[in-house]
Amino acid sequence: MFSLFLYFFMSFFDQLLQFFVSGVTQGSIYAIVGLGFTIIYNSTEIINFAQGEFVMLGAMFMVTFNAALGLPIPISFVISVIAVLIIGILIDLLIIRPVRKPTHISLIIITIGASIFIKGVAMLAWKKDYHAATPFSGEKPISIGTAAITPQALWVIGITCVVLVLLHLFFEYTDTGKGMRASAINPKAASLLGIRVKRMVLISFALSGALGAVAGIIIAPITFAIYNMGVMLGLKGFCGAVIGGLGSVPGAIIGGFALGVLEAMGAGLISSAYKDAIAFVVLLLVLFMRPTGILGKGEMKRV
Amino acid sequence: MSEKRDYIYIGILIATVSLLPFFLTNDYYLHVLILIGLHTIIVLGLNLLMGYAGQISLGHAAFYGLGAYTSGILTAIYDFHPVFAALIALLFVGLIAFVVGIPSLKLRGHYLAIATLGFGIIISIIFNEMKLAPKGTDLPMGGPEGITDIPKLYFLKYSFGLDNILPVKLGQVTGLSNVVPNLYAFNIVFDTDLKYYFIVWIFALLLLIISNNIIKSRVGRALRALHTSETAASTLGIDIQKYKLSVFVLSAFYASIAGSLYAHFIASAGPSSFGFHKSIMLVVMVVVGGMASIWGSIFGAAFITLLPEFIDALNNSVVKIQPELFYIFEDFDIIVYGLILMVILIFMPEGLTKGIVDRLKGKFSK
Amino acid sequence: MILKVSDLSINFGGVKALQKVSFDVKEGGVKAVIGPNGAGKTTLFNLITGIFPPTNGEIFFDEVRIDGKKSHRIASMGITRTFQNLEIFDNMTVLENVMVGRHLKSGSGFMECAFRSLSARQEEKKIVESSLKYLDFVGLKPRANDMSTALPLGHQRYLEIARALAMEPRLILLDEPAAGLDERETEDLLMLIGKIRESGITVLLVEHDMGLTMEISDEIVVLDHGELIAEGTPREIQYDKKVIEAYLGEDELFT
Repeated sequence: MFSLFLYFFMSFFDQLLQFFVSGVTQGSIYAIVGLGFTIIYNSTEIINFAQGEFVMLGAMFMVTFNAALGLPIPISFVISVIAVLIIGILIDLLIIRPVRKPTHISLIIITIGASIFIKGVAMLAWKKDYHAATPFSGEKPISIGTAAITPQALWVIGITCVVLVLLHLFFEYTDTGKGMRASAINPKAASLLGIRVKRMVLISFALSGALGAVAGIIIAPITFAIYNMGVMLGLKGFCGAVIGGLGSVPGAIIGGFALGVLEAMGAGLISSAYKDAIAFVVLLLVLFMRPTGILGKGEMKRV
Repeated sequence: MSEKRDYIYIGILIATVSLLPFFLTNDYYLHVLILIGLHTIIVLGLNLLMGYAGQISLGHAAFYGLGAYTSGILTAIYDFHPVFAALIALLFVGLIAFVVGIPSLKLRGHYLAIATLGFGIIISIIFNEMKLAPKGTDLPMGGPEGITDIPKLYFLKYSFGLDNILPVKLGQVTGLSNVVPNLYAFNIVFDTDLKYYFIVWIFALLLLIISNNIIKSRVGRALRALHTSETAASTLGIDIQKYKLSVFVLSAFYASIAGSLYAHFIASAGPSSFGFHKSIMLVVMVVVGGMASIWGSIFGAAFITLLPEFIDALNNSVVKIQPELFYIFEDFDIIVYGLILMVILIFMPEGLTKGIVDRLKGKFSK
Repeated sequence: MILKVSDLSINFGGVKALQKVSFDVKEGGVKAVIGPNGAGKTTLFNLITGIFPPTNGEIFFDEVRIDGKKSHRIASMGITRTFQNLEIFDNMTVLENVMVGRHLKSGSGFMECAFRSLSARQEEKKIVESSLKYLDFVGLKPRANDMSTALPLGHQRYLEIARALAMEPRLILLDEPAAGLDERETEDLLMLIGKIRESGITVLLVEHDMGLTMEISDEIVVLDHGELIAEGTPREIQYDKKVIEAYLGEDELFT
């Protein structure tokens, strides 16, 4: 009797582990995307709704360079990231800078416009089909205990960790990184110290573009690339950032991973039909109960 | 006084709306005009919220959809009288807006935008997943095809049926099965597009007059005051939360009315019409028309609703010249939306109506 | 005592903006709150009008506790204010600004306004009439239909005052009304405050312009670094040692 119970418990536990693994994989993407949002938000207070499209473009470029043009994976990776990085810069220069009346509403809508535009161009360029991306190192699942994980998922988690470490080093030890942190905290003081805020904004767009691209590139072999993949990924990555605390870099990471795991658990244990809703329900709960999120900067209105 | 000017404008509008259908060569155009009317209704409400009270809603299509679904479900599945169903929809949607609004409207700026966005997406997911079965059948309605076989609109005994001439596009997209039950109104059933055109535009004009009345009144001033300075407004005795919530619920009412009208017109209510894309489209309409302009609401709704038609026309003329180029312009409207959004907000944030009018005035005064 | 402030304190994340400030305001007079920059004067006003709650202490209006209450509730009890950084409604005309001030003296709701009921229309007429009177009181009647942004700074200040008076308050808080005004305008302001006092409204005034303050005030309260350091008639304050010390190093000159 007890062994029967144990058996069910173990298989339940197996399932949990499997969900957890897939949750962490997905959560990595959300974390990176959320970071993209956070970095731009910190330097500009803008919520860049085009962030999801950076992810899509990264995936699409990767498919084009690697699968269509036959370039090796590492090279395609780098070129794709650079391409999206440039697009990020263009968005800052052509769309954000010329804005005459920068109110919250208008900036949000402008970036929504940009995302719609990019999606439309992508649809023209790559049509509405799913494009297969080649996994980096094969498809045979590896066993971790009783859970199976694909090599690509390992790549996702691994590259995410590398990205996080690099970002940390960047913000802590490079002048540019420190300058960006300063501008985020206090733009006036920063500019008095000689930090060119406009340049910081440009860099943040470039960086967010690159991050989005990386996310798209590593997830594409798992989910395949399609012109509208950016919408949900972007929105959910954004949910992760808000849950963790909009404006907080560790918050975006924690929020993203937490969201990925919650989603996987919820989809597996409760209902997979409403999986997409989980992110937004949690988002609303956080907004209503603690808008600054888990680690967010407190909003103190100084009068 | 500007009051006289208002009466003149309203008079012109009524005349135009009444006479327009008789100049149309094709029933399809009538159909488009009806859609413009529906969108105008929603945009009028959204404009009160965004343009005058200064709050953001990126999920307003949810209220539109809730109105449509409620009317659809109550009439198609539970055989309610359409007007009764629409009133229930109104109360239901208002209640949801109230409940969602209380915590949301305490948020500022982009947090409010995010909350409305999340709400809109949750509702559209529910639409996509929800299934209900009509009495006595095993066939659940709902899911991606939505609610179908919605009866026509009527107030009293006669039916307003929908025309048999339906654009092919619409039939395919909504999975519309057969003839829609009729909508009765004052012993008329709304069974032709023409009758539907008039009922929709009667509502649109009424709501336009109501919106105008509100703006020019004590309530309108309170809303405009809180848009500019919540602090100052509250020190003058204006209860900020109460007004924000009220205008939010009011804008949801507008959307619900449009939704109910939509359901009986299209005879079905599917999730694809009420998602994120639609919410954004509505915001674009408000912005294009001008964020604090009642008249601009009509213009914005018309402009954006007609856009796919323009592009289709472009498509068709291109196809005649060079058939291969057809692919380039197909689905071009998405790109154009994006471009329009960006260009207008960068260069003419006050909206197209005011922007163009101001520029024209500038030219004439020279 | 129309207003009583008792042991009022507030901290902003470690900064003690006000510490145990206590004073009374007699009904029907002009009382000024002065002090070097950063003394906490505007913070005091914000506390009284309910923009945020104090950390400690109480505020009484007509013996009723008002600290921590919401701004619009406090306003409905009869307290109003103007702002150091003007907060006129730039999306409305001069007249409409004052009409907003009549909000508490009118009552048409959404339904009445939406359908332009008879009562709403009658009330609107009354609102316009009374608003014009208040514009007249401050001398802005000729500009009633101009956009509020078309007015020069000085006139915008009068507009804010007219708007606040339209509420028929019993106590009005004027936050640096003379800031940015030239000599002529300051004279006019002086007379205006006099007129307000004559009409029976109590005035609590924050000002940096010492000339104006000494002339118009019945009593003065001095704050420095969040603490109340002196209270008395203008004469007494002028020669108070603590006050002079507090102002040493500032550009304020006593006349």
